[in-house]
Amino acid sequence: MRVYMDNGATTRVTEPVMAAMQPYFCEIYGNPSSVHGFGREARKAVEAARSQVAKAIGAELREIYFTGCGTEADNWALRGTAYANAKKGKHIITTNFEHHAVLHTCRQLEKEGFEVTYLPVDHDGLVTPEQLEAAIRPDTVLVSIMYANNEVGTIEPIPALAAVAKAHGVLFHTDAVQAIGHVEIDVKAQNIDMLSLSGHKFHAPKGIGALYVRHGVRLNRLMEGGAQERGQRPGTENLAGIVGLGKAIELATADIPARAAKMAAIRDHMIERIMAEIPHVQLNGHPTKRMCGNINVSFYFVESESILLHLDFKGIAASSGSACTSGSLDPSHVLLAIGVSHEHANGSVRLSLSDENTMEEADYVVDSLVEIVARLRAMSPLYSDFLKGVETVGTDD
Amino acid sequence: MEYTEQVMDHFMNPRNMGEMDDASGVGTVGNAKCGDIMRIYIKVENDVITDVKFKTFGCGAAIATSSKATEIVKGMTLEEAEKVTNKMVMEALGGLPPVKVHCSVLAEEALHAAIQDYRERLEKGLKPRTEEDDEDIKYV
Repeated sequence: MRVYMDNGATTRVTEPVMAAMQPYFCEIYGNPSSVHGFGREARKAVEAARSQVAKAIGAELREIYFTGCGTEADNWALRGTAYANAKKGKHIITTNFEHHAVLHTCRQLEKEGFEVTYLPVDHDGLVTPEQLEAAIRPDTVLVSIMYANNEVGTIEPIPALAAVAKAHGVLFHTDAVQAIGHVEIDVKAQNIDMLSLSGHKFHAPKGIGALYVRHGVRLNRLMEGGAQERGQRPGTENLAGIVGLGKAIELATADIPARAAKMAAIRDHMIERIMAEIPHVQLNGHPTKRMCGNINVSFYFVESESILLHLDFKGIAASSGSACTSGSLDPSHVLLAIGVSHEHANGSVRLSLSDENTMEEADYVVDSLVEIVARLRAMSPLYSDFLKGVETVGTDD
Repeated sequence: MEYTEQVMDHFMNPRNMGEMDDASGVGTVGNAKCGDIMRIYIKVENDVITDVKFKTFGCGAAIATSSKATEIVKGMTLEEAEKVTNKMVMEALGGLPPVKVHCSVLAEEALHAAIQDYRERLEKGLKPRTEEDDEDIKYV
């Protein structure tokens, strides 16, 4: 059995999306900027996709800009508004558990003379409107808080946070890369000024994203070139990718409550079984304000890369927040931000569902985890010491 | 990142995994915070490592290098075993990804710590450790 439960990393391009894209390689291939018929039919497809994206999040057509990925959208939103508003103020507010596309952009802006406040999240990964209110200063120009966390799945109270920003006349950006298709988003009703999204998280191909920018928000462009995307994002459009993004977001947002309920049922079944059948585990992230497809669990006394390798051997794809899989020395900043110890962060596994996963797959994954964790604990000196009641003393390295 | 076939073999089918009640020496290195702890037990008779066991908390490379290290030193004299380096373990596994080289260093350190533990106990005129010693062991 092969089971893909790493949909937080990327998703499969589904057949309807592929079918929608298919004509835009060999048959319809004009440059959307060209005046001839080949170009006009390509332009038509780009604008149809723009309309699909706008509709999915309650935006206007002119407010959607296609980008190369979610990371580009985040970079553009942050740097674009920071530079455009530098005369007004140089203070930005975000959280300490954003995606690196936001965090590292903030670090770079700090080097360029901007000031950034990183709001700490609580043990469930939540940041409150009160925290934001207290952090806003007269020179604050931008708030950027993710809609839902990629690792632990916590869903932030975005409408309430955005309302605080609005009341202070501060721009509000949200990285909604993980949230699209799982949470109902209406940028107007929720007072969102900018929103980043990425196609490959909801069955569109890799290499296509979009940034929503509320009409009237001033944003510097990051690249110079042609007049594409109303002169704000030069570069010949990724025609097939844009068509795929349009189709995929239409499908993903067609019936969010039903999709989310189906996924949440599988998620909860897996969490319940893991908690009941494997001792010494903890669920990371919020127990209820959680993405319908996210499971993040720390298995004590074992290291997650070993779990991932065994899962892979059984045909199961998952991921982890451990240092050992990322090639860095520190475990995930997200797990550390919610107060998970280094030791338990090193034993964390993320299983991320799509709407295509089944209950049968869920049971196979949990059965496998039960067996794998037991096998690795039998090898773990930490576990045998724990059973004997002695503290494991090793060395610093 | 990809592991060699040899690494995957030792990871999936670890050699000499387990504990030893009557070990002559035990070495534990690493810490849980960094994500790797290795413990190697050796049984020494007439300066020869007649038996060896390991327990490891860690990633695929940590488990594979400790398994390989135990396989290499079994039957060696202490003098030979002391010359075993992380490089030898790594080479025997067909190499490791650069970020995993430290795992082989831990395997070398755990082995040497076990030998040192044995030598220290001999100097102090202590008998080879038994299960009861576990309570007051000061691991290197």
